[in-house]
Amino acid sequence: MIPGTFEYYRPDSVASVVALLAKLGDDARPLAGGQSLIAMMKTRLASPEHLIDLSAIAELHGIREQGNDIIIGAMTTQHELIASELLAKYLPIIRETSLVIADPQIRYKGTLGGNVANGDPGNDMPALMQCLDASYQLVGPKGEREVAARAFYNGAYDTALQADEIVSAVRIGKPVAGHGYGYEKLKRKIGDYATAAAAVMITMSVATCTSASIGLTNVSETPLWAEAAGKALVGTQLDEASIAKAVAAAEAITNPASDMRGPAEYRTKMAGIMLRRALERAKSRAHG
Amino acid sequence: MAKTHITLSINGNEVEALVEPRTLLIHFLREQQNLTGAHIGCDTGHCGACTVEIDGMSVKSCMTFAVQAQGAHITTIEGVANPDGTLSALQEGFRMMHGLQCGYCTPGMILRAHRLLQENPTPSEEEIRFGIAGNLCRCTGYVNIVKAIQYAAAKINGTPFLEAAQ
Repeated sequence: MIPGTFEYYRPDSVASVVALLAKLGDDARPLAGGQSLIAMMKTRLASPEHLIDLSAIAELHGIREQGNDIIIGAMTTQHELIASELLAKYLPIIRETSLVIADPQIRYKGTLGGNVANGDPGNDMPALMQCLDASYQLVGPKGEREVAARAFYNGAYDTALQADEIVSAVRIGKPVAGHGYGYEKLKRKIGDYATAAAAVMITMSVATCTSASIGLTNVSETPLWAEAAGKALVGTQLDEASIAKAVAAAEAITNPASDMRGPAEYRTKMAGIMLRRALERAKSRAHG
Repeated sequence: MAKTHITLSINGNEVEALVEPRTLLIHFLREQQNLTGAHIGCDTGHCGACTVEIDGMSVKSCMTFAVQAQGAHITTIEGVANPDGTLSALQEGFRMMHGLQCGYCTPGMILRAHRLLQENPTPSEEEIRFGIAGNLCRCTGYVNIVKAIQYAAAKINGTPFLEAAQ
């Protein structure tokens, strides 16, 4: 399968990308790791006339601390996320999630920015970013703006990102030390998108849960932040009755498609099971 | 469509070429460079038969454009033998442990295993299996492939590999 023809650009600054996008309009697409876009171009689901490769732009790479935040450049690959000592220290859930994305070769190329900006409900990072209350830094002709991950997704492949903008970085507040975390993903085989997956972040004070945030992957047209499910856990001992309430609240907001990964009812139930397992692991890891 | 001029290194040789932007790296390697070791399996990024090494990364060459390899250092299966022409530890491992089977996935398996052993010289069996999870063998025989990689790791590390001694 050979993609349609296009003009190729490899600018070396964000300003050049923005200028190119402004000039070329809707027929241009930015190319990050390409592990979704090139596949779509081969099947002609995407046929951009202009492809703007972001890989040579140094300012889009890397992971750094900025006060109480971690800033991750959009072109940082999943392989780099897995290897990062900074993330291992502050946000180990990013490593846990990266390890269940696709396979080793794809993770060398696939980027955080591409994963969050693509708008594919099957991508794992969007629900994690909603769980972490991350913000996306967008750059366009009018300058920079920041959009919360929880407000970014409108529908499948429909996001707050405008055609003349790119995601330049992701900003995540450092969670408190001793937090519990877990990302659980059910998939048919390595490399598959989730049948259902759940991201969980909690903090505990002795035996009481003092905060809980839950994200769900691939059980709706968009990633889901399960706000009510998280609230059902706060102030509890994470006992069975409270967990059952949270699971019911999470299942209630799912709206999965029936597809080759299973009927909708099954995928909803699996979202609940993934939440239970992620929560169990988060609880075992939390100390406060 | 205008062609783009690229310069890159393939198996230690400097290469200059004109490529159409839409030319996938696998097609450039096989059809323009006559390096037919990397195979086209699924053509959808799943099977890993087209895996090559680009600047220290294992990459599926059907999922990247040749123009993206401007300035890159690429190694294909044609470049992995020892400089004196003898088999590398991995090639020898695949031969000794019957890891080739039908052979179609082997170039991708060896290039992927090469990077795996660079990053983790003493992988456990589980780590090998996880590390080659992006490479499919449709002979369905991963047992000998895993053994071949264990053989190579032992040979590189100078440690005994019990299976080989039998």
